[in-house]
This record gives sequence, C-alpha cells and structure tokens, in this order.
Amino acid sequence: MTKIGVITFPGSLDDRDAQRAIRLVGAEPVALWHGDHSLDGVDAVVLPGGFSYGDYLRAGAIASHAPIMTEVIEAAGRGVPVLGICNGFQMLSEARLLPGAHTRNAHQQFIRRDQKLRVENASTAWTNAFTAGDEIVIPLKNADGRFVADDAEIQRIEGNGQVVFRYVDVNPNGSMNDIAGVSNERGNVVGLMPHPEHATEPGFGPDMPDAMRSGTDGLRFFTSALAALLSA
Amino acid sequence: MPIIVVEVMPKAEILDPQGKAVAGALARLGAASSNAAQFSAVRIGKRFELTVDGAVDDAVLAEVREIAEDMLANTVIEDVVSITVAE
Repeated sequence: MTKIGVITFPGSLDDRDAQRAIRLVGAEPVALWHGDHSLDGVDAVVLPGGFSYGDYLRAGAIASHAPIMTEVIEAAGRGVPVLGICNGFQMLSEARLLPGAHTRNAHQQFIRRDQKLRVENASTAWTNAFTAGDEIVIPLKNADGRFVADDAEIQRIEGNGQVVFRYVDVNPNGSMNDIAGVSNERGNVVGLMPHPEHATEPGFGPDMPDAMRSGTDGLRFFTSALAALLSA
Repeated sequence: MPIIVVEVMPKAEILDPQGKAVAGALARLGAASSNAAQFSAVRIGKRFELTVDGAVDDAVLAEVREIAEDMLANTVIEDVVSITVAE
C-alpha cells in the first residue's frame, strides 16, 4: 500500500485531518515527527496546517529549520511528491523549496471561508486528477496568507506554469496575481493556502450548491499523488 | 557580555499592513492635536539582540550575517539593514 507521511510540528493542527484524507483515498497515512531525521520510507509527504511555533519570527520560519526538513529537502530533490497546506506551504516557502513568501493578510484579519479556486496547472503530482480550468471549493483559514514575490519572480513562475491555483471571485488576502498555490519547477512540490484535507468527506466539507457540507473537491489532491506515484 | 544587534525591515515594495494601520492612527492623532507633525508613512521592522558568549570578532560577525540572511530575515520579503555591536 502506498504510504504518505504527515509531519507533526509543535503547533500543527490539521495533521490528523490530513491522515484521514489519505486513508479515505486508500493509502496508508504515516505519522512523522518534526524532531526525527527520518521519513520512515514513505512515498510522499504532507506538511499540514496549523501555527507551528505560534507563528513566531514568521509563519513557518522556525519549522522550516526543523531536523526532519533536511530529509524533506532531500526527498523533494529526488522527486518525491511533497504537499504543503497553509502553514505547511509557509514552511516550504521558508525552506526555499517553493518560490515567493507570505505576509500578513492585506486587511490584517484572520479569515475563514469556503474558497473557490481555479486549477491552473493540472500536471503536478498533486493536481493530475483535475483538468486545467476546473473550479473547486475548499476551506481557507489563515492570517498570513498573502502570497508575495518580486515582479521578476512572478513573471518567471507565471511563465513556467508554476502558479497551480488561483483565487476566484474573492481574493481573500491580497495575494499577488490572486495566487493561492504554487509548485516547484519539477511539479512534485506543491503548496497552497486553502485546505484540501477539510473537503474530503460528505457531511464535513464546504457547502455546495446541491447540498450543505457536501464538498469533497479535496480528495483529488490525494488521488493525484497516488496516480503520480503509480506512473513514476 | 557583548550584544550584536540585527535590524530587519520589510522590503520597500512589500505592503506593510501593520505600518499602514499605525500611519492611519497617527493621522487621527494629528487631527486631534493642533501642533502635531504630519507623518505620511510608517514602516515596522524587527530588531534582534544576540547576546554573545565571548568576544566579538570578524568570524562571529560573519556568522551573524549568515544567520541573519538565512533565518532572522526572509530575504524574499525583508532586508537585513544593519548588524552592529552594542557596548
């Protein structure tokens, strides 16, 4: 069975939800610990959301120097699929595995909403079960979600197709170019601010036009990783 | 024991919502006071004080420079504007 590791940092909140999402697509979740120097032989890695180290210094900054990040960076270099969700995205940016950085939301407030996104790149390890242009709804909840980079970097990642998700209808945090998620050049490392793991089971997902709490668009992130691993 | 002071500021082109909020509050303060100076902008940065166990030499300063660029600041959005030795 495919094993997908979920790293727990001090202050992680959504590690168990990520493990549950992995179980729902038929893979085996493996709990990993930030202080270890081992990925336990997993096939893919998820860095979950939360407020590691209380967002001290900068969101994700201290966790990006955790012992296990040595192994995450090495695995990312080998092409292992790595997904960073919210605080996990911030860690991957801080570790320079992904382009750009995050600052406080432009309106200064924490925000929680069911967020519509457009899938801009459906060829990454975490989006191959989508079609480019698909619109999906998954929950968003953050305070430091404003994606920023300098003009040259924005042009570079737009040109390379490294913008994987864009906010639709509402830009909830002032992110440049409405960017909600990005990938590395190879497409095996993806990070996004909204939370796919919270939209994986009917009855517990975002409200959809046909029924309340029925949204399961997040499942395809995890089925994408399974497909990427099978074809690798 | 000597203290090395590292100052970090958000890059000029990065929106600093905290600074904007303070600038707004200062403008309201100015409106309430007849002789207050007018401040058109405020930017907020960070100051780190690193207490050094021993003497500060060029090697220590070089190490602090490295730490500052690697961890204290995220050079995508911030600049290390000064590294000085206090006392």
